[in-house]
Amino acid sequence: MKDFAKSFARNRGAVLGIVILVLVLGLTLAAPLLFPRSPWSIVQRPFLPPLSVPGFPLGTDTLGRDLASGLAHGAYVSLMVGLISTVVSLAIGVPLGAAAGYFGGWVDDGLMRITEFFQVIPAFAFAVVLVAIFQPSITSIVIAIALVSWPPVARLLRGEVMSLRTREFIEAAELSGQSGLTIIWRQILPNTLSPVIVLASMMVATAILTESALSFMGLGDPNVMSWGYMIGAGRTVIRQAWWISFFPGLAILLTVLAFNLIGEGLNDVLNPRLSKRRS
Amino acid sequence: MKTLLSALCLTTALALPALAQETPTPGGTLDVIVQPEPPGLVIGIVANGPAGLVGGSIYESLLRYDANLDPEPSLAKSWEISEDGLTYTFHLQDGVKWHDGEPFTADDVLFTLQTMLPKTLVKARMTMDHVESVTAPDPLTVVFKLKAPFEPFIRAFNYGSLPMMPKHIYEGVEDYARAPANDTPIGTGPFKFVEWKKGSYIKLEKFQDYYLKGKPYLDDVIYHIIPDASSRSVAFETGVVDVLPGGSVENFDVPRLTGLDNSCNTTKGWEFYSPLSWLWVNEANPILANVKIRQAMMYAMDRDFMVDVLWNGMGKPADGPITSTTPFYSAPEKPFYPHDPKKAKALLKEAGYDGTPIKLLPLPYGETWQRWAEVVRQNLEDVGFKVEMQSTDVAGWNQRLAQRDYDIAFTYLYQNGDPELGVARNYLSTNRDAGSPWNNVEGYVNPEVDKLFNAAAIAFPAEKRQELYSQVQGILREDLPVLWLTEMSFPTIYNCHVQNLVSTASGVNNGLRDAWIKQ
Repeated sequence: MKDFAKSFARNRGAVLGIVILVLVLGLTLAAPLLFPRSPWSIVQRPFLPPLSVPGFPLGTDTLGRDLASGLAHGAYVSLMVGLISTVVSLAIGVPLGAAAGYFGGWVDDGLMRITEFFQVIPAFAFAVVLVAIFQPSITSIVIAIALVSWPPVARLLRGEVMSLRTREFIEAAELSGQSGLTIIWRQILPNTLSPVIVLASMMVATAILTESALSFMGLGDPNVMSWGYMIGAGRTVIRQAWWISFFPGLAILLTVLAFNLIGEGLNDVLNPRLSKRRS
Repeated sequence: MKTLLSALCLTTALALPALAQETPTPGGTLDVIVQPEPPGLVIGIVANGPAGLVGGSIYESLLRYDANLDPEPSLAKSWEISEDGLTYTFHLQDGVKWHDGEPFTADDVLFTLQTMLPKTLVKARMTMDHVESVTAPDPLTVVFKLKAPFEPFIRAFNYGSLPMMPKHIYEGVEDYARAPANDTPIGTGPFKFVEWKKGSYIKLEKFQDYYLKGKPYLDDVIYHIIPDASSRSVAFETGVVDVLPGGSVENFDVPRLTGLDNSCNTTKGWEFYSPLSWLWVNEANPILANVKIRQAMMYAMDRDFMVDVLWNGMGKPADGPITSTTPFYSAPEKPFYPHDPKKAKALLKEAGYDGTPIKLLPLPYGETWQRWAEVVRQNLEDVGFKVEMQSTDVAGWNQRLAQRDYDIAFTYLYQNGDPELGVARNYLSTNRDAGSPWNNVEGYVNPEVDKLFNAAAIAFPAEKRQELYSQVQGILREDLPVLWLTEMSFPTIYNCHVQNLVSTASGVNNGLRDAWIKQ
């Protein structure tokens, strides 16, 4: 563990990523305390530039809602959608990929055709269609993002499992009479963990971007304040009031960057070939 | 070029009286924004704003109206009203042809008014209910006999209320809404349909056989469909489009666009419609059936804020079912539901509201409407309502309202020049069948109101009508069957080289026959 932390810390970018993520998490947790009123409350004059009135450091939007409050409350949605949809897509992709890789044959063929079916549809367009059909809500957005982002997980798992499957320790396990499912669960999956973790951290970043893009297009949950919504609502007035779209945009940029940096860092540490080259 | 144009504009402004007499030059293409994309163009079937904007140049009615709502000739060149107010005789123009070359005759008028429109347009059905018989003594004369004097009858013949439909195309059609002919509209108007590229543009061209010689002046009219509001503004700034009809750009952008060099604007052309916005309240919902709840909502809403911030000060808070610009309006006796959260909270407590979420259906007509719904939600939540915003597109909005599948919903409707033509339809209990998003959608039933509206419709003369309408306004203000929001005002913004754009009480919708472009 100590070694892990040490070699992770060697990657400056990854540390920066962690710092940003901690800040965003802190903001999410502190939002109800810092801004007890709903982020939708109309609290000041509309179109207030940043720093022009004390108490409104980021200014107000087209209706006079506090941008700082929106930013803090919106962080929760971005993180939650990012994390939950990634967990859901792992829950779909990992078992499918593992089964395909381990059992091979017609199971593999069948599962991979399904995966390809999902892969050939452009992910974002597919997400838009799903959300439009199911009516925009946090649940439908999470489901839509999960449904479009599991195929890479399945393919990664399949590859990993196929390469592990021919190794001697698996043959030994098979000879000892363990069932296929036990072998996958106890012998194979623990060995595929590193690439999955790295992929997952990248997927969180993509999910946050997708959620923002959906909200930007007006397909977000209309009852929940989110960064994408703030940009979408401010976009029409960007020439008069740049700050309305700028701050949530910056927040998305930093958060997505943080997850990417962390993913890079984890990749460096967890990928045995890379870490050997470093030491 | 730009400086030349602005110089021209300046000259126009300085020498307006002299230049107004200038002879129009024919030719040119007019580029107009239509927003959102209409669901169809046959305005005898699809009665919605964007359809009317395009369809108003394709179809015509017997009359058109000036800014004072006085009738002018359109398909009828002259008319007489009998002394007793019971017989209306219209003389049709000579040599009118449909766009496919067939002659337009009194037969078409009879078919339109007796067979087709009563099935497709609520407004038409209500007008025709007053008519005892329609006859055509000769191919160019139509005679209406009314059951009783009906003073607003002369204002019922606007292009969108009773558009003339071709008998030779629609005769025998069972389901008008699904008729294949709807894809290629055939009218008598100054422009005929050429092409509709879905999601991109609708193209009309000059109808060569139009009955007014020399008109229209324009060669083509192209209605651009640009879904994004800021792109619409840019299209006007860069000169891609010449006309932004009222409501087609976001209000935030209006001050900037009217300030441009070659930009002219007018708030005229809305006299006929006098649009009024309100929230439908579904009275089938037991919570909303309680008048105290509706009053609480009314007090909770800051309607001055809505006008000032959302509409940049254009329009004003409404104070009842009839707008102050429509005949027979009467002012309320006391201030009409000023913003008073305390009173709203007290009423809510009295009503025993249990926190059941109330669904709010916004009007999917762009950013302003979305923001507006957010303001209403916030206003209501501030006094203790629980509000859930729904998402919808235009088709879904129509569907939900038509099926009464909503709690509270945004809308705005036109007054059509008379309470009988544009107001009564939304409150008469006889007009509350599901299936239309434009009738008594809230499901309001009040025999007293029915009686007053029906009596006012046929009362004679106007003073008598005024008395009845004043009473009904009083009752409706107490009952709050719907929550009136604002009297709306939309500026039409256009390139100054377009002349005589707004010449009727319906503005760009049916005035393009007289518009021309300065070469």
